[in-house]
Amino acid sequence: MFELFKDLGAWLVDGDQWAGQDGIGHRLTEHLQYSLLATLVAAVIALPIGLLIGHTGRGAFVAINLASFGRALPTVGLVVLVFLASGLSMWPVYVALVALAVPAIVTNTYAGMSAVDPEVRDAARGQGMRGHQVLFQVELPLALPLVMTGLRLALIQVVATATIAAYVSFGGLGRYVFDGLAQRDLVQVLGGAVLVALVAVVLDLALSGLQRALFRHRPAKSA
Amino acid sequence: MIQFDTVHKRFPNGTTAVDDLSLDLPEGGVTVLVGSSGCGKTTTLRMINRMVDPTSGTIRVGGRDVLDQDAAELRRSIGYVIQQSGLFPHRTVLDNVATVPLLLGWGRRKARARAAELLDTVGLSPDAGKRYPHQLSGGQQQRVGVARALAADPPVLLMDEPFGAVDPVVRTQLQDELLRLQEELGKTIVFVTHDIDEAVRLGDRIAVFRTGGRLVQCAPPAELLARPVDDFVADFLGAERGLKLLSLTTLAGVPQGPAPDGGRWTLALDSARKPLAWHDTETNVRTPLRALRDGDSLLAALNESIAAPGGLVARVDSTGVLTGVSSRDDIHTHAGAAHAQAALTGNAPSAPTGPGPGEGAPAKDAAA
Repeated sequence: MFELFKDLGAWLVDGDQWAGQDGIGHRLTEHLQYSLLATLVAAVIALPIGLLIGHTGRGAFVAINLASFGRALPTVGLVVLVFLASGLSMWPVYVALVALAVPAIVTNTYAGMSAVDPEVRDAARGQGMRGHQVLFQVELPLALPLVMTGLRLALIQVVATATIAAYVSFGGLGRYVFDGLAQRDLVQVLGGAVLVALVAVVLDLALSGLQRALFRHRPAKSA
Repeated sequence: MIQFDTVHKRFPNGTTAVDDLSLDLPEGGVTVLVGSSGCGKTTTLRMINRMVDPTSGTIRVGGRDVLDQDAAELRRSIGYVIQQSGLFPHRTVLDNVATVPLLLGWGRRKARARAAELLDTVGLSPDAGKRYPHQLSGGQQQRVGVARALAADPPVLLMDEPFGAVDPVVRTQLQDELLRLQEELGKTIVFVTHDIDEAVRLGDRIAVFRTGGRLVQCAPPAELLARPVDDFVADFLGAERGLKLLSLTTLAGVPQGPAPDGGRWTLALDSARKPLAWHDTETNVRTPLRALRDGDSLLAALNESIAAPGGLVARVDSTGVLTGVSSRDDIHTHAGAAHAQAALTGNAPSAPTGPGPGEGAPAKDAAA
């Protein structure tokens, strides 16, 4: 057991391991590329849905059902399904990752919107704000902490799951896991897994730190 | 200034919030809408700035039908204060106050300058402007709410139970402040409350609503207290409505005599002849007193005459210097006469300092 960790340490700090096409540096960049693009696309789809449901108060059941549906969706199954339909491309990976991220963003955005004090919303209308002004000047800023939480959770989930890109022969940190498994190279498998976990944890800490810094003026309950 | 013409409001769930309301609110002065919860007073208020649209009937503000106007623009031209203040928690106090000027496109600098001016008007320090609403006390938040409503200098101010959520001491302060502001600004104010004492205190006219959305009586406070149109209004005003009427009448007409020279109770004065306490010459004990001015209410005088050991009330001029004393009997006689006169004419003989009862006409459909 101790040997394994020693080998893992050596694997992680080995200069050769970080360089080149198959190096950790390149794989890390690929992994982040997949994750950020997928989360971005998910945000573009999910934010308007969450904001609209929250602003109008209609279709809340859609948001709730979407969340349970999203949790039940088997990611690998989806990858295989889209792979069979579209052939070998990054499409299956992106579809699966976006599908994974959308529910987290929709539900958190909706939760943030519905947590806006009705008195405040009423006051905003009563002062003469139009619908879009209420949304962008009052509701969205107040929902923002939870919206960001949704984006953060989505990104973390996507980072952890983006290993599946390697499952359909693409790059990312999943390469080490799948190659390691194929080669029965336990150190490589473990190295890949540890790297994925590290990236997820670092992103989570960085983003929650950013959130705290951004919303330090908020009363404790909503920050 | 604000006219309701046969206005009905039925909500989709079938409840009637306002039933056949016709009411004419003159320019300037405070009209208080009172009634128990669910009587339609808040709905009535919210129909003025189209937060709620009537099912039928017409509402005019300044002669213009509100339904002919763009709702958002109409609301910007009418001040609106709600319970719990409804301040925007993510904006500084200053930016909260600047909301309507910004919506009207004044530009940030001019809007903030105006907001700073208003913080001063409502008695907040310039410092408060930089803070966030949750950093202020409930009373201060309500002041900010009033400042926000006044920011674009609207002729009409709607206030929906604005002081309902603060403690009684702060509430009294805020009421005093509102009366002072109103004297200065002369807005047309529509004020909703379920607290009849608040209504009597603030209102130039009081409109009493009954469950089911019917207006029962609309009259100046003295008239309402002296001559409620039916048992419902009488019950709502409470058993001590005679005493409430005395709160609308001043001590000015009560005769006063010189302070007692001998006897058991003498007045202790300071060097400037300001009353300090009643002195009991037998036991050498001093009882604190509250000296009253001509502008104080008969109710306060009656209260003080009961509390004072010798049944005498010390009276002072506006600087606090003793002018004489009035006896319990004189105050009581005057109170009775004032009540009788109010019952006859519907007007309190002399209003206490601060805005008194106005000249409002009774509601068109006062008969319920």
